[in-house]
Amino acid sequence: MNDRFEIPARLRNTSLALIAVGVLALIGGIASLLTSHVDTERARFWSVLLHDSVFFTLITAVSIFIQAAVSLAQGAWIVAFRRVPEAIGANVWIFGSIATVVLFAIVFTFKDSHGVNTIFPWVTPAADDHIIHGKSAFLNKGMFVGFTLAAVGLWSYFGIKFRAMSIAQESAPKNDTKIYWKVFRMSGVFLLVYALTQMSTIPWLWVMSIDAHWFSTLFSWYTFASAFVSGMSLILLWVVYLKNQGNLGLVTTEHMHDLGKFMFAFSVFWTYLWFSQYMLIWYANVPEETVYFKMRQQGPYSIIFYANFIINFVMPILILMARPSKRNYFTVTFMAMVIIFGHWLDYYQMIMPGPLGGNWHINWYEIGIFMGFLGLLIFTVSRTLSKASLVPHNNILLKETAIHIA
Amino acid sequence: MAIKKFAVAAYDDEAVLFPAVKKVRKSGYKLHDVYTPFAVHGLDVEMGLKETDLHIAGFIYGICGTSTAVGFISWIFTSDWPIVYGGKPHFALPAWVPITFELTVLFAAVGMTLTFCYLNQVMPGVKKHVFHPRQSDDLFVMAIELNEHTPEAEVIKFLKSTGAKETSVQTAEEGWWYGRWDKPEAYEALNAG
Repeated sequence: MNDRFEIPARLRNTSLALIAVGVLALIGGIASLLTSHVDTERARFWSVLLHDSVFFTLITAVSIFIQAAVSLAQGAWIVAFRRVPEAIGANVWIFGSIATVVLFAIVFTFKDSHGVNTIFPWVTPAADDHIIHGKSAFLNKGMFVGFTLAAVGLWSYFGIKFRAMSIAQESAPKNDTKIYWKVFRMSGVFLLVYALTQMSTIPWLWVMSIDAHWFSTLFSWYTFASAFVSGMSLILLWVVYLKNQGNLGLVTTEHMHDLGKFMFAFSVFWTYLWFSQYMLIWYANVPEETVYFKMRQQGPYSIIFYANFIINFVMPILILMARPSKRNYFTVTFMAMVIIFGHWLDYYQMIMPGPLGGNWHINWYEIGIFMGFLGLLIFTVSRTLSKASLVPHNNILLKETAIHIA
Repeated sequence: MAIKKFAVAAYDDEAVLFPAVKKVRKSGYKLHDVYTPFAVHGLDVEMGLKETDLHIAGFIYGICGTSTAVGFISWIFTSDWPIVYGGKPHFALPAWVPITFELTVLFAAVGMTLTFCYLNQVMPGVKKHVFHPRQSDDLFVMAIELNEHTPEAEVIKFLKSTGAKETSVQTAEEGWWYGRWDKPEAYEALNAG
């Protein structure tokens, strides 16, 4: 069994090339969008950065959540590839820091030619805008900065800490359960932290406050479901990649089947929340609420709205439903890529209608920035993976994970 | 369904049962079934049982539920008794999704339950032959179907060699039946022949 992962030159070169594309897109963006005289072009520069940095922060933070949830449930199935979510979780601080910089730059510096912050309208509300003034106890710069720093700081801390504890277990005495119970207790704490950040306040502040007049009470659950299913797909892609490299000998079709089940089940869960939000607003037909979907469903974003439904619901439910397709490496890999792309689109249509109106493009800039973040993810996670053994030796659940049956 | 002769072996340990099942399959004797007090992981693989098609049945039942719901509701609201509710169009698909979903689940659940009962031959009032009274208590019981090429004595000897605690030869109805549980005359006819 091959314990150590050595980064293949091809992977490193690919990731560096992707980062280079991202940097070029950023430079191009600064040259042509940020310095443009058109307001929506400048808004596009920032909101694309916001979209990608927030998306990557949230889907990587899911890796910490899944470790905590499975540790608390004392699940053994994940132990065979536990180093993968650990490595992704230990790099949340990178994406979190980028997101923090982008978010603060937007809140504190971004203004259009009329002095209005079109991305976060609550920063510069009109004097007679009673709705936003009514929300000012929560939607203000202090809250935004406080929650952002607290969330990113805590996620970074737990991500690094979980990995450190797991590595410390390798040199602990055999069958020593001290670290195991420490991870158990910290998982409980992390779930609380996660519930108060990712599952509630953070999506309100980072994403929902773009449409500051509008609100939805299940919005954070909906964004969480979106992030969770793409985060699981991300873990699955790494597991498949490492297996193709001859690592992760403990991972069998049974573990892949479980990951496939998560992708399937949480695609359905996402659809449930997506539809619940839509149907209540459609049914009640209150203008303050329907304005959100006017732009998305019937306006310029309708193609993304329906693509979102087909990619994130129809495809997973039809392709992943059968047992053999969840046990087939090609199908799950293909679907994982589709799901990540689909939820990237989902976040796109959450964020863009506010700042850009009808002037949206998915063009060189959007794709370039996405590739840059992807490259950064591959580069940092592969570097972290190569630093420790891929098999969590001495983990007390190692035997149980080896004989796991889905 | 037919009345057949079985060689029955009872084991008291999974660790003995697994190699025994493997040996039986290798020897070519016809493994009828294995009865265990609890679900034993991996035993289905060892016995060479094929994956059930219950999922496919469930999918078909679900699709039936979906089409029943959408078909019936759309017939009512667009042609049989069209009423305007809250300014919504007659064909108000989003409003029907919850009911469609519920009916899909209901059809799939009820259909799969009944199919499961049929496949596993469990229903109220349905009788099956019990090979060993302790098969639902603390013994793992394996039944091997006998025929003219597999003499009783040879199979029993073989089963003992695999570590069986108890062995016996029984004549029994292999499937399920409904009504009176015993058919002594059929057994006698077989034994006489």
